[in-house]
Amino acid sequence: MRRPIDRREFLKRGGALLAAGALPMSLVEIAFGKDSGREGFTFAYLSDSHITHVRGREFVRNWDRGLIQAVAEANLLDPRPDFIMYGGDIAQLGKREEIDHGLEILSGLRGEVRYVMGEHDYYLDLGEHWRRRLGPDHYSFRHKGVQFIVLNSILTDDDWTHRRWPSAAERMHQMARLDNPQGSPFMVGEAQRAWLRGELEKVDTDTPLVVFSHSPLQKIYKGWNFWTDDAEQVQALLKPFRKVTVLYGHVHQIQYNQIGNISFHSVMATAWPWPYPQSFVQSPSHLPKLTVPMDRANPFFERDGTGWQFIDLHTGNADVHYLLPDNRNRVVAYDTAAGHPVDREYQDPKRRIPPQTRY
Amino acid sequence: MKRGKPEGRCAAAGALAAAILLGFAVAASADEFTRQDLERWQGEYMAVVKKGEALFHGGLKSTNTVSCDQCHPDAADIHPETYPKFQRQLGRVAVLGEMINWCIMNPLQSKPLALDDPRMVALQAYITFERRGVALAPGKH
Repeated sequence: MRRPIDRREFLKRGGALLAAGALPMSLVEIAFGKDSGREGFTFAYLSDSHITHVRGREFVRNWDRGLIQAVAEANLLDPRPDFIMYGGDIAQLGKREEIDHGLEILSGLRGEVRYVMGEHDYYLDLGEHWRRRLGPDHYSFRHKGVQFIVLNSILTDDDWTHRRWPSAAERMHQMARLDNPQGSPFMVGEAQRAWLRGELEKVDTDTPLVVFSHSPLQKIYKGWNFWTDDAEQVQALLKPFRKVTVLYGHVHQIQYNQIGNISFHSVMATAWPWPYPQSFVQSPSHLPKLTVPMDRANPFFERDGTGWQFIDLHTGNADVHYLLPDNRNRVVAYDTAAGHPVDREYQDPKRRIPPQTRY
Repeated sequence: MKRGKPEGRCAAAGALAAAILLGFAVAASADEFTRQDLERWQGEYMAVVKKGEALFHGGLKSTNTVSCDQCHPDAADIHPETYPKFQRQLGRVAVLGEMINWCIMNPLQSKPLALDDPRMVALQAYITFERRGVALAPGKH
């Protein structure tokens, strides 16, 4: 599919189909690459819902609505995605109420869902309730010739985790503050890197590899943990593979990059957008030069600057389709000739539009 | 009206001289301040910035627990240097305080502040401090 489907068209078709009893709708026309020799497929990707418990049975309406809308729209995809990934931060403060309420909304998704651990899910009870509901926080699976790896990239050092704070709730509050000078950088850690090495030894280096993490496995801005401290060590483990894609949440904005053989793509939050780090002028940051920023959000439309994605893997590299409420949708796809991801509409600086100017 | 007696003129001249002296004294006190004064004033300002930082990070009463920093880490993407500006969503030129109140009423689902409420002043002090060094760009979108 070359042209992003515009939101109005998407909803019109979707609404008509819902009215007609949810007949199939052809949103994704998969163009099989001549060289791919494999079965094409797509998966949907939702992330960063930050479900927030207020009191009793009350949750923050705005964040609930974001997740509810993404679930409803993802259910309209046709052909159906083979599976759905959830990129982390179901909860805001790691509370059982929040994780359970988020999973209740996510249970409306048609299809199998797999989950990534986010720091907002983790730092209250160190992931205990999340793992009880969803299973291990790092694992691998194979699907139609593609090897998928899920990492828990939001760990940090033992001292910060176990000895710094008077209570678990205080630890969670501290980690929940993005711009916290008392924060601590994320890491995958030695144990998981050893596990990853073992997993990758079993995989042929011609196999396309897709790695899911919550934080970027590259270094963009440490002050907001748009960062993983042992990113280079993880990248080194991925280096032998021909086609590698890293997909991450956490940043609540569009980012993409290419480092050697690895393509990086971020996904949108269903809850709210974050500024690009360059907007905080007191500290240097490193947004990848390739990235054409998402539009500046209009705060009067509460879903603006949020969204979800579906990802097409027919070439073994990722074509990421961003579904952006109150904005034109975008497609960032791997360009074989250029050897990196490009935005299909806006990559050329002459084609960019004023809302993409960030300052 | 009769002209004043000599004593009267004398008294008037004396009062004038006193007024001039007093005037000089007032002018001297307005123009001269010390390094200690500067430090104190900066301290007063930074105390309000700190208060604003605390309000911004959950210190402001919020009926739904949402806080300003959740969407605006380090007060980024507020652009205080562009206000007052034409706020297309309101259809008129607005000051920053009006947009802060918009956020308080909508994402925070809470009651707006008077524009001269000390909490509003503190929020603006913090937001502007985090943007220090950026050139003024009133009206910019």
